[in-house]
Amino acid sequence: MTTYASPPSRVPGTATGPDSSLAADEPRLPAHLAGATADEATLRRFLAGLPGVDPVGLEQRAATLATRSIKKASKLAAIDLAISMVDLTTLEGSDTPGKVANLARKALSPDPGRPSTGSGNSCPAVAAVCVYPDRVATAADVVAGSGVRVASVATAFPSGRSSLEVKLADVRLALDSGADEIDMVIDRGAFLAGQYGLVLEQIRAVKAVVAAGSGRARLKVILETGELATYDNVRRACWIALLGGADFLKTSTGKVSPAATLPVTQVLLQAVRDWRDQTGQQVAVKPAGGIRTTKDAIRHLVAVNEVAGPEWLDPHWFRFGASSLLDDLVLQRRAQLAGHYADPATVPLD
Amino acid sequence: MTTQTTRTTTPNPLSQGWTYAPAPESAAIAAVKDRYLPFVDGTFVEGHGDDAVTFNPGNAEPLATVSQSTTGDVDVAVAAARRAYEDVWSPMSGAERGRYLFRIARGLAERARELAVLECLDNGKPIRETRDFDVPTAAQHFFYHAGWADKLGHLGLGPAPRPLGVAAQVIPWNFPLLMAAWKIAPALAAGNTVVIKPAETTPLSVLVLAEVMADAGLPPGVVNVVTGAGDIGSALVNHPGVDKVAFTGSTTVGRGIQRSLAGTGRRLTLELGGKGANIVFDDAALDQAVEGIVNGIFFNAGQVCCAGSRLLVQEPVAEELLAKLEARAQTLRVGDPLDKNTDVGAISSVRQKTKIDELVASGADEGAHVWRSTAPVPDRGWYVSPTILTATAGSMRVVREEIFGPVLTVETFRTPDEAVAKANNTPYGLSAGVWTEKGSRAMAMASALQAGVVWDNTFNRFDPAAAFGGYGESGFGREGGPAGMAAYLEDGS
Repeated sequence: MTTYASPPSRVPGTATGPDSSLAADEPRLPAHLAGATADEATLRRFLAGLPGVDPVGLEQRAATLATRSIKKASKLAAIDLAISMVDLTTLEGSDTPGKVANLARKALSPDPGRPSTGSGNSCPAVAAVCVYPDRVATAADVVAGSGVRVASVATAFPSGRSSLEVKLADVRLALDSGADEIDMVIDRGAFLAGQYGLVLEQIRAVKAVVAAGSGRARLKVILETGELATYDNVRRACWIALLGGADFLKTSTGKVSPAATLPVTQVLLQAVRDWRDQTGQQVAVKPAGGIRTTKDAIRHLVAVNEVAGPEWLDPHWFRFGASSLLDDLVLQRRAQLAGHYADPATVPLD
Repeated sequence: MTTQTTRTTTPNPLSQGWTYAPAPESAAIAAVKDRYLPFVDGTFVEGHGDDAVTFNPGNAEPLATVSQSTTGDVDVAVAAARRAYEDVWSPMSGAERGRYLFRIARGLAERARELAVLECLDNGKPIRETRDFDVPTAAQHFFYHAGWADKLGHLGLGPAPRPLGVAAQVIPWNFPLLMAAWKIAPALAAGNTVVIKPAETTPLSVLVLAEVMADAGLPPGVVNVVTGAGDIGSALVNHPGVDKVAFTGSTTVGRGIQRSLAGTGRRLTLELGGKGANIVFDDAALDQAVEGIVNGIFFNAGQVCCAGSRLLVQEPVAEELLAKLEARAQTLRVGDPLDKNTDVGAISSVRQKTKIDELVASGADEGAHVWRSTAPVPDRGWYVSPTILTATAGSMRVVREEIFGPVLTVETFRTPDEAVAKANNTPYGLSAGVWTEKGSRAMAMASALQAGVVWDNTFNRFDPAAAFGGYGESGFGREGGPAGMAAYLEDGS
């Protein structure tokens, strides 16, 4: 987003509550958006005034888009794009330096038979490796200079149930270790309690820390749509994140089911499209969790194309948060090129 | 800090536009024969009229030759239906009739892919619709009505309502197979026999349905299919040997049928034209309202009697909604009906395309602003790009007359009362849609709207269990559900 002028009271490390000022809006936002965050009550009215989401119609459109038949060259192009959009993820308590380093090497070269540095039908590298903050340094070492980013979940991921101080320290650890992207979680407890201002404050606080870093990092805001439960809530959370300065809207942590579904991704895509129509600013989208097959990925890309627009068909503007998806994409890529399926055992484990 | 638009890599080529490779369904699946025959008394027999040719609207090429029935052939068909009614079908137990209907439903499901492709070729509608809507819904109608066959005593028409006799049924070209199912299934479940005439431009899927019925072992004469144009339809509905007439088609023809049947004592149901209002309030779920508007007018390229062809939008959201609607309509993929990614296929006949083009031109002449999708359209075949007419007024022909094409008119309103007044300001009364997040308003609108079907936050949804039919010049009688069964039974209570 644009330069973020945060007042001294909300600099990183300062806990703020829902009753504190929500002022200091983006100077470039249109008045109706700039004024939306003036105080808690105004923000609540703004969110309540967003058009509702009708679940029947939303799911019907998602189901219709899922019937698109993507074949031949358009399929191969989609597979390559999807590979280049993967945030290759490991988020386990058991993540060791060795595991993370292996994953990072796989991110650089998902198909060793067709290395991304090769010529001809070389398989692209993924967009990023996504790890916990204390594993960022390991991943960053491996991908340094390659163009593959390191993303890190921070802010007491996945529950987000800690103090703002702890969350910001988490973000700083990730940034200081070399993270290019921060995947924060919103406070769903605050959201469901109706404390929208608190949710916004925390996003802004994290954004301020991210912005104060190297200046290149981007902020993904995880809504954890599975816990927000209704599409109306998802849309409101999208707008809080957009007003808070999100560079990405992200569906899920992957730790809660349901995670990314086609209808939920569609709500996010509609939000970023509406945001661009109203502000001129483009924001990226990242569905995460539950996308395991090439078919799933292509269905998401069709939704990106037809709901948000082809401008989002780019790793800068759309990502897949996934672990096993990459293996299927590589297998299907080989099948497209060779005309037959390869032995899954020939796709390397991370 | 960086802005969101800062980036270090070159954009992916797909972000400049992603062209889906053609994904055509194979025409061979339809197993189109060179020549088709009418189905009378359990066998496919030569008609005594001159052969007619049916065309593929997708490329304007001849598809097949169809032997045509004469009025003499209609006599034979009605006589066969009478014999079957008296000797076999009406004495048969309801449970036994139900078994035949279940068998027909399964037969349709088994030949679903073939029928979907055939309907696509003969009618021009996209394969996505025939595959996902027309054919499965036709099968559903047989499944649903099979269940009624042995439960007629529970319809509220007395303990043992009696069938009417021979039903003459004339169906249109916009949903050939589905309309046949709508009409045949309840007639048979109630114990009637049928002589049905499909439209002259789209007879093929009904003749394959006849094969399915023959394969199901349906006794000869229970269902007969005659072929031909309006003269044969007229001979059929006016035939002294029929007891019940069911017609779906234009209001002009329906009016003529009602006139000629007056005083004959024959039962009549008519499902005619429409000019459905789709009403969007300012508190609507706008993104889904846009989907509902698109579905309401571009489904089957607007060749739907219950199409939501008049958009009424509340002024505070009119600008925002129209911008979203035009952007969405621009994403519709117009073209080869056989391509699985086609959203809007061909217009079913060159005559219909000419009529649509003429009406759009009249709208422009009368001062409407014409928006048209710029999506590419094939060179051959009969296509009309999705069209939205704004700055329209209630006096314009495009607002008064049924266009029966992918053409939406847009008017604004200020209050619920004004919306009702505008929606009801038409001689038709088949369908309407209401878009609001406020339930009490939706219910009040449903009561006030003079339309046989009012959809709340959706449009063009059909279910065999739900009654469908119109008010005023949209006809009378209901199809589907218990009310649809009642149209084929004597009330014995």
